[in-house]
Amino acid sequence: MSAPAGSLLSAQDLRKAYGPTAALDGAHFSIHAGEVVAVMGPSGSGKSTLLHCLAGIVPPDAGTITYNGRELSGMSDAERSALRRSDFGFVFQFGQLVPELSCVENVALPLRLNGAKRKEAERTALTWMERLEVDDLAKKRPGEVSGGQGQRVAVARSLVTGPRVLFADEPTGALDSLNGERVMQLLTDAARSTNAAVVLVTHEARVAAYSDREIVVRDGKSRDMEHVL
Amino acid sequence: MSIGHTLLGLLESGPRHGYDLKRAFDEKFGHDKPLHYGQVYSTMSRLLKNGLVEVDGVEAGGGPERKRYAITEAGITDVQQWLATPEKPEPYLSSTLYTKVVLALLTGRDAGDLLDTQRSEHLRMMRILTDRKRKGDLADQLICDHALFHLEADLRWLELTAARLDKLAKAVTEG
Repeated sequence: MSAPAGSLLSAQDLRKAYGPTAALDGAHFSIHAGEVVAVMGPSGSGKSTLLHCLAGIVPPDAGTITYNGRELSGMSDAERSALRRSDFGFVFQFGQLVPELSCVENVALPLRLNGAKRKEAERTALTWMERLEVDDLAKKRPGEVSGGQGQRVAVARSLVTGPRVLFADEPTGALDSLNGERVMQLLTDAARSTNAAVVLVTHEARVAAYSDREIVVRDGKSRDMEHVL
Repeated sequence: MSIGHTLLGLLESGPRHGYDLKRAFDEKFGHDKPLHYGQVYSTMSRLLKNGLVEVDGVEAGGGPERKRYAITEAGITDVQQWLATPEKPEPYLSSTLYTKVVLALLTGRDAGDLLDTQRSEHLRMMRILTDRKRKGDLADQLICDHALFHLEADLRWLELTAARLDKLAKAVTEG
């Protein structure tokens, strides 16, 4: 099977086993630019493994992943790392901010790692912090802000390099409903405004309701619900 | 929802015409289901008969729709009692979804498919409500949240049932 026409990122027949346990057993996926796709399924179904494979963090045992017309398996480790830095953004459940840096330094970090000057990087970082409504926390350390605020800082950081794909793995998992919803609203608004695709792994239906469509992963197999109804 | 109590409650802030009452109801509570004029007038005549409202004035040349209603002391007591009485939690024990799942299993159809399709339909509705919430005011947000939490409860049940399908299949075919 080839990549679906027009998709920015797609995967065909992915297989991945950890020892005797098959985490992915023939999973398919595709996403277009500007689309938010929720990856749902029970714990241990293979959702996170799918995300890690799609992001080029974990190589699948079999199957192909195509990003922007190129196969990930055809790239060297260095090329994949460079791609992750330039084209992909990541948000996880928690523990992602560097505690020794201020919030604005955290947000500016990906730009600094790409070689931007400090002032310039922090200026761009601040504009993203404004969009995520956390610019007043610029000088604070992550330990001095609330969980919801910290997560918005992390979202700002994930978007600061203008990624074309944002990978969000249970981004609201550690937040209460109100904060979680605010994060989802700001995250999806920001991603849509830059036409970034969002791969959103979640087991929460209220979070998935911020997506355009969902795929369900169960026992390592995926099901694209768009093609079911 | 008790339309009578809601209309009575709306009258507590001052007398209103039937039309005003309908408008206030639709604005605050009627979102997807505006009241019919007929409902308002039949409800008001019942409340009138029971002494919970009284006619405060009639506009010249008016039919029954020009009546202005005011709440009575008995009406205020009735609203107070209604607000103070907790709603009976609905147990939803006769679930169509449960019936469908069991029937699918009994007839050898794919119950997992059924649950997946239902989840997708629930999510479709949740997306519509989430979108409305994003664009709406606080009242809209609270109304949508109420609906969203109920849909989410259904979805949690769907997930749990999906995880127990093998056991359920065994139970219903052996039973």
